[in-house]
Amino acid sequence: MTEPHFERDIDRSHMQVSDEVAIQIENMNKWYGQFHVLRDINLTVNRGERIVIAGPSGSGKSTMIRCINRLEEHQSGKIIVDGTELTSDLKNIDKVRSEVGMVFQHFNLFPHLTILENCTLAPIWVRKIPKKEAEETAMYFLEKVKIPDQALKYPGQLSGGQQQRVAIARSLCMKPRIMLFDEPTSALDPEMIKEVLDTMIELAEEGMTMLCVTHEMGFAQAVANRVIFMDQGQIVEQNNPHDFFNNPQSERTKLFLSQILGH
Amino acid sequence: MSTSQTAAFVRKDMLPPKDPPTSQAGLVKWLRENLFASWLNTVLTLASLFVIYLLVTHFYPWFRHSVWNANSIAECRTAIAATWGEGATGACWAMLRERWHQFIFGFYPPELYWRPIAVFLGLLLAVAPVLFTQLPRQMLLFSLTYPLLAIWLLWGGSAWPVIMIAAGFGIGYLALRILGDISAILAVVVAIVAPVLFWLFAVGPLDEVLTKVIPLAIEPVASDRFGGFLLAITIGAGGIALSLPLGIILALGRQSNMFLIKSFSVMFIEFIRGVPLITLLFVASLLLNYFLPPGTNFDIILRVMILVTMFAAAYIAEVIRGGLAALPRGQYEAADALGLDYWKAQRLIILPQALKISIPGIVSTFIGMFKDTTLVTFVGLFDPLKGIPDFIRADFNWKGIYWEPFVFVGAIFFILNFSMSRYAMYLERKLKRDHR
Ligand SMILES: Nc1ncnc2c1ncn2[C@@H]1O[C@H](COP(=O)(O)OP(=O)(O)OP(=O)(O)O)[C@@H](O)[C@H]1O
Ligand SMILES: [Mg+2]
Repeated sequence: MTEPHFERDIDRSHMQVSDEVAIQIENMNKWYGQFHVLRDINLTVNRGERIVIAGPSGSGKSTMIRCINRLEEHQSGKIIVDGTELTSDLKNIDKVRSEVGMVFQHFNLFPHLTILENCTLAPIWVRKIPKKEAEETAMYFLEKVKIPDQALKYPGQLSGGQQQRVAIARSLCMKPRIMLFDEPTSALDPEMIKEVLDTMIELAEEGMTMLCVTHEMGFAQAVANRVIFMDQGQIVEQNNPHDFFNNPQSERTKLFLSQILGH
Repeated sequence: MSTSQTAAFVRKDMLPPKDPPTSQAGLVKWLRENLFASWLNTVLTLASLFVIYLLVTHFYPWFRHSVWNANSIAECRTAIAATWGEGATGACWAMLRERWHQFIFGFYPPELYWRPIAVFLGLLLAVAPVLFTQLPRQMLLFSLTYPLLAIWLLWGGSAWPVIMIAAGFGIGYLALRILGDISAILAVVVAIVAPVLFWLFAVGPLDEVLTKVIPLAIEPVASDRFGGFLLAITIGAGGIALSLPLGIILALGRQSNMFLIKSFSVMFIEFIRGVPLITLLFVASLLLNYFLPPGTNFDIILRVMILVTMFAAAYIAEVIRGGLAALPRGQYEAADALGLDYWKAQRLIILPQALKISIPGIVSTFIGMFKDTTLVTFVGLFDPLKGIPDFIRADFNWKGIYWEPFVFVGAIFFILNFSMSRYAMYLERKLKRDHR
């Protein structure tokens, strides 16, 4: 596992974690048919926290964070996001979705729209922001992810790393209070991984609440204030990055770390 | 100095580009690659040339012997025999000179021909902004009002019922706008129910009053006077315009999670696709009369148009379903994650992409449907391919004329359908260029 190196010092001045609860998951269970994917998940995320979720393939990491914006439905327990409980009430779901941004492994940009249109679509149609204002916001965020000059191109014309940065900008245009990342760098070539991670670090520096499924342990060490290890649909261990990597408690975590760190 | 195997090499002067050898360029190359690439290829080329030769030698004289000036098929035959000798055959286009208007307009009153002509020109104008997005968007306003204008001009009569239909749509639109912010479902229900109630109960009395006050009427033309391409294009254009939205709704219905909507869509699609169009046309002409309250005069062209629309919509729904299935799940998820609701996600993200994939299939369906409009001959309407020619053959002067109507009508169908197919290719290329 190559660990990307972050040359510059990370500015932690805005990274304080507040007492305010952003996400609360209580005794949450989920089944796919007979298969019990998520078992008794309990997790509280405070505003400003940056959480990295790790675990072997099939352990339910994606399923868990997809439950937070209701891309997947849970069958028992409670999920409360920003004070709104996720139930089958469509109003609540829409409210949560417009507060929570999500970045996918395969970017999922809209190929028939330009980069700019990708970024303005939801603000215009969901937030009802005037087009001009939405475009200004979009350009602001595209500048932030360092690709303002690609605004009029189509996603297919961009490299993978650029596409993923557009996807981040697209989410940010909705001014979300929470960002979910599902393996944002695992479909990318090594040299592109860094540009995407840099963007994510900047986001962390600004105090965004982030939940990030990733195998980039360097990133976890640099910005996370908590690492969660999942296996077989359960949270097996959680700790601050320093102790998680240097002093793992459970056997499963040790095994996983030895595999992923590769020595 | 000795040359070792690992000698370094540096090119001093770059080679200028040269023309390829003649056997590799131009006509010779093309012929070699495309017609005589292998012995099998050569045999096929020669066989094809022979078939082309046979076809041309058979048909060319028929066209060459064409007669344009005659008053009956007998005169045509005499003229051909006089010029080309006994036993020569030839096309008797003189029939077209006398009867072309029936192929185009059917039995529409000749003094009113300007009306279908205006409607046809209007059709081009209404369709243009839909087909070519470069045109100013304001033209779409005309496209929206065009269908009702066309109905009024074609069938004539009082303008009030048509205005009432428009008013019904207006009421529905207002309901959507006003109630849309309160509750989407309520808005949709009201937007459907209110206009229907308006049409059922308010139009009759209002029409009477308004006609008395301001009689806005032009001479009516009954449906049985329609025929030829006027009939085919009316049914075809109406069917195309209506079957695309219906097809989209059916395709979405078939994908829906709601059991009733899904089952209804599946049954509708499978039933319609499983039944021959002619059966449906007979339903239109005979069976519907049993279900409708006695005394209702439900226009036969409208009935046929509705069933042709349903027929095409079932096919289009399947074509679009293929397009929907081809989209990666990630597109739905990204739309959901951004907070777009179902309809917005469909309209802005899913359908534009699914329809783009489905263009070839949709256009094939349209072309098939347009050609199928000739089947209305079986319910007693005068289609251009059989109805009109049979009528002309009933005239003693043209009794026995056979190929000419087929050639003429076939040529017009070909031109119209070929344009559709070309447009579809243009659209595909354009969208590909856009999305890369
Ligand atoms: N739609 C589905 N239907 C049935 N089973 C599913 C479905 N989606 C996921 N699963 C199963 O649920 C389990 C958890 O899947 P999930 O995608 O959450 O794992 P993950 O931890 O994200 O793995 P990876 O690291 O490979 O992405 C897996 O065993 C998977 O096979
Ligand atoms: Mg996953």
